[in-house]
Amino acid sequence: MSSEAPDSPRFRYVSRKRRTKEDRRFIAGEGRFVADIGLPGMKHVALVTSPHPAARIDAIRTEEALKIEGVVAVITGEELAQATNPLMSGLNLPDVRRFPLAVDRARYAGEWVAAVVADSRYIAEDGAELVEVDYDPLPFVVDAEEAMAEDAPAVHPAHGTNVLYRRKFVYGAVEEDFAAADHRLAFRACWGRNSTVPIETFGVVAKWHPGTGTLDVWASIQMPKYPEQIARALRLDANCVRVHYDVDVGGSYGVKRGIKHTVLVGYLARKLGCPVRLIEDRLENMTGGDAHGPERIFDVEAAFNGDGEIRSLRLRALDNVGAYAGRAPLQLAKPIGAIVGPYRIKSVEYEAISVTTNKTPQEAVRGFGQSPTNFAIETAVDKIARTLDRDRVEIRKRNFIRKDEFPYTIPSGSEYDSGDYHTVQDKVLDLADFPALIARRDALRAEGKLAGIGIASCLEPSGGNAAFEPLFNPANETTTWMESCVTKIDLAGTVTSIMATASAGQGHETLVATVTGEELERDPDGIRVVRSDSLASLPSNSPVASRMAIMLGGAASGAAKILKRKLIDIAAHNLQLPADRLVYEGGNVAVRDDPGRSLAWDELVEIAHRKYHQMPLGMEPGLQASYVWEVPKGGELPDAAGRVRMYPCYSFEAHIPLVEIDRQTGQVKILEYFIGHDCGTMINPDIVHGMIYGGIAHGIGAALYEIFAYNDDGQLLTGTFMDYLLPSVHEIPDIKMVDHSTPSPLTSMGQKGTGEGGYLGAPAAVASAVNDALAPLGLELNALPMRPGDIEALLRTKSE
Amino acid sequence: MKPREISVTVNAKRYRSEVPPRLTLVDYLREVLGLIGTHTGCEHGVCGACSVIFDGQPIRSCLMFAIQADGHEVETVEGLAEADGGLSPLQDAFWETHALQCGYCTPGMLMATHALLRSNPDPTVDEIKEAIGGNLCRCTGYQQIVEAVRLAAKRMRGAHPEAGKDTIDE
Repeated sequence: MSSEAPDSPRFRYVSRKRRTKEDRRFIAGEGRFVADIGLPGMKHVALVTSPHPAARIDAIRTEEALKIEGVVAVITGEELAQATNPLMSGLNLPDVRRFPLAVDRARYAGEWVAAVVADSRYIAEDGAELVEVDYDPLPFVVDAEEAMAEDAPAVHPAHGTNVLYRRKFVYGAVEEDFAAADHRLAFRACWGRNSTVPIETFGVVAKWHPGTGTLDVWASIQMPKYPEQIARALRLDANCVRVHYDVDVGGSYGVKRGIKHTVLVGYLARKLGCPVRLIEDRLENMTGGDAHGPERIFDVEAAFNGDGEIRSLRLRALDNVGAYAGRAPLQLAKPIGAIVGPYRIKSVEYEAISVTTNKTPQEAVRGFGQSPTNFAIETAVDKIARTLDRDRVEIRKRNFIRKDEFPYTIPSGSEYDSGDYHTVQDKVLDLADFPALIARRDALRAEGKLAGIGIASCLEPSGGNAAFEPLFNPANETTTWMESCVTKIDLAGTVTSIMATASAGQGHETLVATVTGEELERDPDGIRVVRSDSLASLPSNSPVASRMAIMLGGAASGAAKILKRKLIDIAAHNLQLPADRLVYEGGNVAVRDDPGRSLAWDELVEIAHRKYHQMPLGMEPGLQASYVWEVPKGGELPDAAGRVRMYPCYSFEAHIPLVEIDRQTGQVKILEYFIGHDCGTMINPDIVHGMIYGGIAHGIGAALYEIFAYNDDGQLLTGTFMDYLLPSVHEIPDIKMVDHSTPSPLTSMGQKGTGEGGYLGAPAAVASAVNDALAPLGLELNALPMRPGDIEALLRTKSE
Repeated sequence: MKPREISVTVNAKRYRSEVPPRLTLVDYLREVLGLIGTHTGCEHGVCGACSVIFDGQPIRSCLMFAIQADGHEVETVEGLAEADGGLSPLQDAFWETHALQCGYCTPGMLMATHALLRSNPDPTVDEIKEAIGGNLCRCTGYQQIVEAVRLAAKRMRGAHPEAGKDTIDE
């Protein structure tokens, strides 16, 4: 596998520093977010929520609320459940039913119980205060291990147990490898419940058109198969729902799924005959927005030899998904596609357990479960190094898959496409001037400070094929996760590409314009990219799974190549020469051996659009092409042993932070942060770097600050930004980055995914640094987040 | 409570409106005046997405009522552009350095740093961080935002050489 510089001369526009297409409108205040959609006669929703983690709902009285001038309607779960189908689940769980509003029983504090519709949000909130609900509190459970006990309160009594999914996968000769290894170790690592928490909450506006029988939806959405799911729940044909993808999404990173919100608002819009809008306030978002992330307890065993070779791993992951299933349990499945990390580990046992509790439900979070698993694996590698008294970098390099071993099939059946882990690791060591960094840490220690260096690497599986769906739910035989693009060259010769999904800051318009411009050799600045609606467009699976550079980029390449071919064929016909004697250059087509003979872009466009008599016989008039791309190497179901070919492409990152811990307060300060990354060909370097910086900041939050904390009464304690702490600029260090490019052999331009990596590696890296700082005291901490109080309490155990 | 009449100058234009006393300033800007560039993020004064400039100082428009703005001057992102409609140097620097991704916190970031550069044309990195310390961004990790403000400051000083010698390395 050859490496090439990011600014490879083989590209005109790709990999070059270029301004994005999207930023221009946002800096002028001209973004169009869901809260900016205003329709005549629009009504507003506020929610009545359960104060109890578990309670029977005996009665709901709405009379007083309805007396308020401006309150239009109050609806309850009972009414909604009669008129709609239950929301879809990622697992086959017929007795774990979920509706947008609680039916008969509330299952977590903050769950929506009734919805008030009014002329303004202010009046709707007045109404919500006057809705009276009679609750009969029930026993509840918020801890995952307690929820597994035989006598635990049942969150969904009809299901019979709080365990939603449990399976042990054995990949390779685990027993034998453990028996044959020189050493074994075991530990527990805990990943706290955090999430992506975008600055924009979720919102949706819906309008029903009785004349056409269609429901128009504008939403802050990032959800695969969103229109189909809404239609199914609302008992509409799928072609009755039009989702407008030209709504800007104010951050998502996974969680903006909003099915329950949309079903509620869609139902109300149809029932009331007016447009209806629901924009979560921050507390609704944090408590009842159903957008928390994974919460996991890992029990890990590792088997390794005295020379540092890691022989085998056993991972048991117990995940607390909260009160309903949704797609969240599948976040235990996706890590199977990179279950040995970047290491040559020959066998692995993985037990995945998904448990329901009386907490807010989980949603998909950046990396779809990969970041917690990476934290567990990297913690194991650090512990192996410490056990053997070996350098943490050396142990990693001892076990990294070598550059010449790709494509490399891991024990769970997934194939890593390409990589050069040793080089990226070396590059970041050079960037950090590693010996000097160690000297700096040691100098700090000599001054009596607690200082530590973190070492962590991570893979970013990208390109998503959803193979985890059939793996965890055999009733679901999904083996494609396609993406589409339509491109047209109009009569005036300008180029427009159409994508079929909303965008949440990942720069998809820039991606499509850059790739299309590269293929057609036309300036991307002049290419317009529009986001269509769900009825007018080809299939999309939305920007999940770190897939758009690969999948939307591949689809855009495909459409542009068809157009380029067509332009060449039109020229060949008119120049009366075979196509292989022509050369395409900047949109013009010339005779290779006689460059004076040529047809310019404008002439070719004119022929295609006006002069059918000059077109090759039978050729479609005009210049338009669509392309729907299947995930590379997709199309396979898992085998009986659970071996499965998961995501096609694997990016790699190596992180090195330096931290200092305040002995008095336990506060961790990040003094330096270095990262080396390899996502293959970068389409737009500024976008790649921005997402990595942002992902690291997000990961620092998960490592040190962010947690949805619950008390013993089952109440969420961190429902505002005063107590759920997002890192500000003061918590994020200046991050120094080095690029590397190992192009993927599977994608149109060698690109891989990059939106998740920072978040996948940073929590493990920061934890590694904290534990390096604590090591001289003989202390360690393997639970995230590592808040000042947690560290201070640990330090106190040593001083007492 | 009865509506109250207020008079507010927004982006140098005077508006007279009747508003309910409990209407927040951000909802007044967005829903009454239609200036939707200002966003709400937390509605309890932490995230800074709703930052506007009020009598020259950056403030949270979610923590004020519209009636408190009676007789005062407000500047929003819609007022940042140059007289000819072109981007301001600060806006242009945000574009140049890709100092945003989803764009949701961006108007607040722009207003906070616009106020900074007006009072301090040559800020240090720490002063820039202090100025955006109350504005949360979930996409960027702040690095390219700090870079944008440095670049804008440098260019703005370059455009007015009398403002002092350029001391920032790019």
